[in-house]
Amino acid sequence: MANGPERTANRDNKPQLSLHVPEPNYRPGAEEVDFSAIEVPEAGAQPRPDEACEPEETHGLCTDLIRVLGDDNRAHGPWDPKLEPELLREMLHHFALVRAFDERMFRGQRQGKTSFYMKCTGEEATSISTSMALQPDDMVFPSYRQQGVLIARGYPLIEMINQIYSNSGDKLKGRQLPIMYSSREHSFFSISGNLATQTPQAVGWAMASAIKNDTRIAATWVGEGSTAEGDFHAACTFASVYQAPVILNVINNQWAISSFSGFAGGEQATFASRAIGYGLAGLRVDGNDPLACYAAEKWAADRARTNSGPTLIEFFTYRAEGHSTSDDPSGYRSAQERDAWPLGDPVVRLKNHLIELGEWDEERQAEMDLKAAEKVKKDTKEAEKNGILGHGMHQPFHTMFEDVFEDEPWHLKEQNEQSQRERDTKYPDGVPH
Amino acid sequence: MSDTANKAADKPKQGRDATGEDRRLNMIEAINDALDVSMEKDDNVVVFGEDVGYFGGVFRCTAGLQEKYGKSRAFDTPISECGIVAAAIGMGAYGLRPVPEIQFADYIYPGYDQIISEAARLRYRSAGEFTAPITIRSPFGGGIFGGQTHSQSPESLFTHASGIKTVIPATPYDAKGLLIAAIEDNDPVIFFEPKRIYNGPFDGFFDRPVKNWKTHPDSVVPEGHYRIPLGKARLVTEGDQLTVLTYGTMVHVAKAVLEEKGIEADILDLRTLVPLDMEAVEKSVKKTGKCMIVHEATRTSGFGAELSALVQERCFYHLEAPIARVTGFDTPYPHSLEWAYFPGPVRIGAALDKLLSE
Repeated sequence: MANGPERTANRDNKPQLSLHVPEPNYRPGAEEVDFSAIEVPEAGAQPRPDEACEPEETHGLCTDLIRVLGDDNRAHGPWDPKLEPELLREMLHHFALVRAFDERMFRGQRQGKTSFYMKCTGEEATSISTSMALQPDDMVFPSYRQQGVLIARGYPLIEMINQIYSNSGDKLKGRQLPIMYSSREHSFFSISGNLATQTPQAVGWAMASAIKNDTRIAATWVGEGSTAEGDFHAACTFASVYQAPVILNVINNQWAISSFSGFAGGEQATFASRAIGYGLAGLRVDGNDPLACYAAEKWAADRARTNSGPTLIEFFTYRAEGHSTSDDPSGYRSAQERDAWPLGDPVVRLKNHLIELGEWDEERQAEMDLKAAEKVKKDTKEAEKNGILGHGMHQPFHTMFEDVFEDEPWHLKEQNEQSQRERDTKYPDGVPH
Repeated sequence: MSDTANKAADKPKQGRDATGEDRRLNMIEAINDALDVSMEKDDNVVVFGEDVGYFGGVFRCTAGLQEKYGKSRAFDTPISECGIVAAAIGMGAYGLRPVPEIQFADYIYPGYDQIISEAARLRYRSAGEFTAPITIRSPFGGGIFGGQTHSQSPESLFTHASGIKTVIPATPYDAKGLLIAAIEDNDPVIFFEPKRIYNGPFDGFFDRPVKNWKTHPDSVVPEGHYRIPLGKARLVTEGDQLTVLTYGTMVHVAKAVLEEKGIEADILDLRTLVPLDMEAVEKSVKKTGKCMIVHEATRTSGFGAELSALVQERCFYHLEAPIARVTGFDTPYPHSLEWAYFPGPVRIGAALDKLLSE
């Protein structure tokens, strides 16, 4: 057997084939970032079909972009959810809290208090505004950048910080990588580190809810990069086959670590248009427009809740920061992209909308931001009393063996005892806390 | 041995029908019976998989269930093992007790990530907030001219992972009791059904007439609910010459070879690989001093390697000879040469002769 490919002589003078490897437009050091090729339609120009419509009626929206907030900071068109100012202020407050939280946790990682953190800067509306459109007991299957869902659902910050520090207060017993939260009480499914596995699980949960004639629906989030996983295909197929009451949220933030959306097929088609082939309803939404995010999710929730079928929503947004604390985006993309992004910043857009409505002002915003930072600081200090990662062992050794099974089988009992002996050898005077 | 989850195991009812005759079932009927009993008892039990619903499964294990329990509790699925397992996990998180079928164990790999990274880890990673009380049924093993994609025995891929139990029945009576126990267990269980013995206790002599279950004592299957605790081995025969550790189809093959050769041995049908009944293994090996491990799966890193290591660690000073391992070869399962691949009477016989001469 010869090594390497065998080539036949090109006797027929056929054209030579060449491989297309996607390449983003702007790499580090690019002269000028120009996003004018991204079509940004006028806010309010997109039609809003009935929630119970046939999937085909949405398919034009899969290549459009649903927008509500215009450059004039006013809400336009049929997708305007017409929210009360009080609810908008609540949304803005969640935004402020998430941004302050991200800032502090990122800094905490840099100060060595934990191993890892992931910000959601620029994508806040895709978690906060969307989850506010759901019922609190609708089950969510998040990916790793949906801290906004937990915060919007009132999950205590201190629980999040305990988890991030893997300290003695961490109810996940220090087992999970930071930010892989879980809260059954908040109908928030345990986050996996594997990508897109939660997508078909959400469909299964929704199927169960339908089997039991329940009223609750499921929603799940996945990054555009992870839509390339087979799990996503399984999820779309099952959602369509069983018409499961589920919302599949695809957060297209343009970047999957260093790979731009082209490596998930984004060059040739929008992610929302994946819905067309599966016969799902599909919407493509300005992910930096909090009102559009809310309205689209509400539309899909109402659709699911009335047995009218599942919806796939692409939220078109931009990951303003690195993938995680372990990532330096200056190594693969132009630093100018963030400022050049044509859809603006969701926090600023919501704030300006409220100001335009005469329901808010810069002073109150500054005060809210300050209070959010203070709240995060206070809760961080409180959580630090339970310890920080790497400084002492916060969980008793035996907890390592719990929850592998409901009951501990003999082989784990033996290994548990072995770990106790190892502990006593290493720390004859007691484990440092 | 911890089997607290199974302490309430019910006593089986009389294995007789209304006329006083023994109620004899083959393994398919016993599995179907277990599913029926479980679905009757708990309306959170749902079964699904490829061809499982209307048709009742390619091996008929789910026959009649859709008719009896409706389409929302017994249904067909897309050909997507990833989706089948993932949907089961989501349903389990909701509170159902799903029993998905993977049509052949050879097809399980597209669902492997969902089984290992998700189902098996969910309780641990969520510190008990979410669990995956699912039982994944799948026919496994060769001997039916299934070629390399309908014959594999991938049990060690599951026993190697933490957080999942692996159960393999060898008789209709056990199949029912173990499947009910697996379904009622709150941890994920892989339930591999040796399809070569679905219809009869195949003894490895492929060139002799096929036997059916009718005359086998373990085909008497009581009606109603009973459980066989997970983690308990079954002593098939007793003898002092050696201990045979085996499971599934190979229980019957080993038994037939020992009978032909007139050898008296403890044959332990392990029934559950994880958690393993090590107490029973140790007790027997310390008594006999000789140990043979028999499985159909490929040899390298097979479950026999684990058994061998455990016996060596715990029974070394009682051993009178090196542990013998009889397994399938480390090749894909060949179609036309499947009886040359299969660890049948010749291979077992040679290993026995060597072990007993030492």
